Amino acid sequence: MRYLPLTPADRAEMLATIGARSIDELFVDVPAAARKAELFDLPLHAGELEVERELAGLAALNRPAGAGPFFCGAGAYKHHVPATVDHIIQRSEFLTSYTPYQPEIAQGTLQVLFEFQTQVAALTGLEVANASMYDGSTACAEAVMMAQRVTRRKKAVLSGGLHPHYAATTQTIAHAEGMEIVRQAAAIDAEAAVLDAIDADTAAVVVQTPNVFGVVTDVTKIAEAAHAAGALLIVVTTEAVSYGLLKSPGEMGADIAVAEGQSIGNGLNFGGPYVGLFACREKLVRQMPGRLCGETVDAEGRRGYVLTLSTREQHIRREKATSNICTNSGLCALAFTIHLSLLGETGLRQLAALNHAKARELCDALAAVPGVEVLTPRFFNELAIRVKGGAARTVEALLADGVVAGVPFSRLDPSAGLDDVLLVAATETTSTEDIQAFAQALAGRTA
Amino acid sequence: MTMLNVGRPTRPDGAAESAGHTSLTGGRGLLQDEPLIFELGGWSKTGVDLAAPSQDASDLGDLVRSAPIGLPGLSEPEAMRHYVRLSQKNHAIDLALYPLGSCTMKHNPRLNEKMARLAGFADLHPLAPQSTVQGALALMDRLAHWLKTLTGMPAVALSPKAGAHGELCGLLCIKAAHEANGQGHRRTVLVPTSAHGTNPATAAFVGYSVVEIAQTQDGRVDIADLAAKLSPDVAAIMVTNPNTCGLFERDVIEIARLTHEAGAYFYCDGANFNAIVGRVRQGDLGVDAMHINLHKTFSTPHGGGGPGAGPVVLSAALAAHAPAPWVVSGPDGLRLVEETVDEAAQGFGRMSAFHGQMGMFVRAYAYMVSHGADGLRQVAEDAVLNANYVKARLSPVMSPAFPEGPCMHEALFDDAWLEGTGVTTLDFAKAMIDEGFHPMTMYFPLVVHGAMLIEPTETEPKQELDRFCEALIALAHAAKAGDADRFKGAPYLAPMRRLDETLAARKPKLTWRRGDNGVAPAPLAAE
Amino acid sequence: MRFTKDHEWVVLEGDVATIGITAYAADQLGDVVFVETPEPGKAVKAGDNLAVVESVKAASDVYAPISGEVIEGNAALGDAPETVNDQPEGAGWFARIKVADPSEVEALMDRAAYEDFLGTL
Repeated sequence: MRYLPLTPADRAEMLATIGARSIDELFVDVPAAARKAELFDLPLHAGELEVERELAGLAALNRPAGAGPFFCGAGAYKHHVPATVDHIIQRSEFLTSYTPYQPEIAQGTLQVLFEFQTQVAALTGLEVANASMYDGSTACAEAVMMAQRVTRRKKAVLSGGLHPHYAATTQTIAHAEGMEIVRQAAAIDAEAAVLDAIDADTAAVVVQTPNVFGVVTDVTKIAEAAHAAGALLIVVTTEAVSYGLLKSPGEMGADIAVAEGQSIGNGLNFGGPYVGLFACREKLVRQMPGRLCGETVDAEGRRGYVLTLSTREQHIRREKATSNICTNSGLCALAFTIHLSLLGETGLRQLAALNHAKARELCDALAAVPGVEVLTPRFFNELAIRVKGGAARTVEALLADGVVAGVPFSRLDPSAGLDDVLLVAATETTSTEDIQAFAQALAGRTA
Repeated sequence: MTMLNVGRPTRPDGAAESAGHTSLTGGRGLLQDEPLIFELGGWSKTGVDLAAPSQDASDLGDLVRSAPIGLPGLSEPEAMRHYVRLSQKNHAIDLALYPLGSCTMKHNPRLNEKMARLAGFADLHPLAPQSTVQGALALMDRLAHWLKTLTGMPAVALSPKAGAHGELCGLLCIKAAHEANGQGHRRTVLVPTSAHGTNPATAAFVGYSVVEIAQTQDGRVDIADLAAKLSPDVAAIMVTNPNTCGLFERDVIEIARLTHEAGAYFYCDGANFNAIVGRVRQGDLGVDAMHINLHKTFSTPHGGGGPGAGPVVLSAALAAHAPAPWVVSGPDGLRLVEETVDEAAQGFGRMSAFHGQMGMFVRAYAYMVSHGADGLRQVAEDAVLNANYVKARLSPVMSPAFPEGPCMHEALFDDAWLEGTGVTTLDFAKAMIDEGFHPMTMYFPLVVHGAMLIEPTETEPKQELDRFCEALIALAHAAKAGDADRFKGAPYLAPMRRLDETLAARKPKLTWRRGDNGVAPAPLAAE
Repeated sequence: MRFTKDHEWVVLEGDVATIGITAYAADQLGDVVFVETPEPGKAVKAGDNLAVVESVKAASDVYAPISGEVIEGNAALGDAPETVNDQPEGAGWFARIKVADPSEVEALMDRAAYEDFLGTL
């Protein structure tokens, strides 16, 4: 087996050094009833060629997003990732290293995390950010629980514009921790409704912008209302590129900002691995979950970086930890940081402007299709449209024309009664021809 | 003859006196001091060329950001050089043995990377129409089949994103099952003193109170103490097996029997599954739920701290409570069940937005298929053999915490052998860095004083194990011979010397700020 | 100065008790990096969590040695947590409490008894 270096002669010699007659002697502590003499019912080992054949065969059964006109978003976005990013993240020293618990030989990873934290703080307009979370949805759940620790209150109000899967994840995880989660009904322009639900028991108000229907909202008033009630405002963003064009959460009064960072540096990967961004006001830092990298000096006084404030984490605080999480999303955070370093302020602003322009083009083209109604009044790169005959059926029908039309809202929340709502997204990868093909196919189906 | 006696010298005469030499500019030869991106001055630079937008953002009015973000940019060559320089300051499994106990740092096959990058997997949207992702669903289904077969368990939840997330998933399944059975009043989880910190953290997170179970002299769960603490209030026990001392819980079947008799469930922390994969099935031991760290046993890269993946296998008693989503087979092929509304009212909810760490599923599956049933069994055998070999070679100079009997895939030493040398476990570990090895896991498990937990894994050749053992033996002799300076100041030869963690924690500096490190505030605004 | 087995000390002046952790505890913790002191007005019973003290390696709860109402926490520790290491039984105090029952203080160990207790550890 190509990954196993020991030869039969090595094994015999090593057993002799140990003083064991056979390998079975080393498994003597396993109860006899559970020792299996025979192999399990699975295929035997396979060469690289055979493995490639099987996996390439499975991959060929899928239609990649890049195979033709493609308009799915709803929390994961198809963007172009520079070749440099994927090259660097495959370097052995980044790919095959562990969490940087020995800072003297992990400065590469640590300095990247420090750069990542600074970039995320800048994007979100907040003072501090952690070294990443699993993804946007788990970051959202963690933010709600952090608000509970800060305010010592139990209730969180989730806006109806929050991605339903984020809401479900938050409900599952925060509820398990004993919180009361008030989930408002899904609605296109849902943000104003949260104002009525804020009361003296509210720990956090969770609002997404652009929301799941693509609506961009200025949340300043919601921040004011939350703060007046002693609650925190958590602003969620599922499309990190939007930070390049829109007012930041911090600028609008957010106390905590969380986001899905997949759009920058990371592929679609059928839903994971992604990278959760998490930033907050400096005064809240000791209640922040997740790993943190901080600057310090070494014994010779040279600047270096270490994981810090780790008493908040599970391996030291055990049952008193702020969170049970012990992994971040290191390699995805690295990809994010490299891509954002390549973009810079200039590139990110251009990229965001381009995404917005593509979505305007898409909006104009679809609005011109008879029977289609654009529902999203102001959007970044994604919008909701109403289609006759149901969104799920429209998507299935347009597949025959080679167009992947978007995400039916009913797939995210079947009980919302919004079966005719289709979420469509455009990015810099969307061509004018793609948009025309979509509009024509849709016109053909609705005619 | 002709004599050509000009040109460069070809012997290193006189170059031997190098002790204490420093460079004039702060770097160490090829190891350059590398500034932060914020100090490289590229406030107007970009390393991407983008098309001009066809329309403006006037429709968004004052929703548009006016203030600068504060992000530096790098051209492509600068970015490449910056990150490659940084990479060279890291240790990695591709450089040398990485003996972190409990972390299973094994070789990461590049075939797995190649497979995960096939467009048919990497460029798939999680919400693309299901008819267009049948191959991805088939891969999830096959991965599930392998995980179920290898553990002897009937169900698996794939969506948890790491080990701790898997623990949370497992405990939520247990909580849901108790509630469904009218046992929702159970409030206690029993955890051995040697457990990973995540176990009590997870139990507390879900609202359980944690009670510790004592450990016996030979490093196993104290059955008598367990039996005494198993009350009608106990919801579950969380036991790592093989445990964190690197030992197999001999009485595991009795532990399961007692637990079930008390109406509780048996959660197994699967962090150490590598020791028994292909040889022992947790289902045969009475386990109800176990997370499997794909980044340990099935070799998806650790990536400097994630991403991981932590699928949870479940017994028949818990299977109905698994979270969404999961894959089912139907008349139109495979289908992903994403809502628990109609199809499984008992499911406890959702662990994350999408379907789990698909990129890790592809890698883990490629790894499994490469090994096959025979190769995986060999993985466990070689992992255990390597650990026992290290234990045998080091025991004459270091003190094994549990000298009697074999260990499993990791060898545990205490610091009794360092007594009187003035050298601590930490000092010893830092001196290993100077010898070119990553330190072992230190001061864990907490039940062993000054613990040193060495996990070599099965992908180390005997030559590398010998090189490692000889380095440790030489260090042990140096410590005992009174060469304390070698340890107290270590590492001397790493990219950095020991770092001041106290300073970092007392005055936390978590982001770069304008004006730091003497860098003048850069012009921003609309350049 | 009176002491508890959890290594807190108490000094009573009138009905106001000043509370901190002992030099032994500060030494065992190592470098203190953060202290969370209680808010004024908080009512505590003997044995309740009063404060949290964090070193690089560990976070520890500090228990109220006696019952009463918090008058003030030592705000100076926010910027200078190292004071707990430098002057644990002086400027490194954690909180002042208005004592409900002064006899609770009398029941605690005196220094000689505390040092005997340390000898048993």
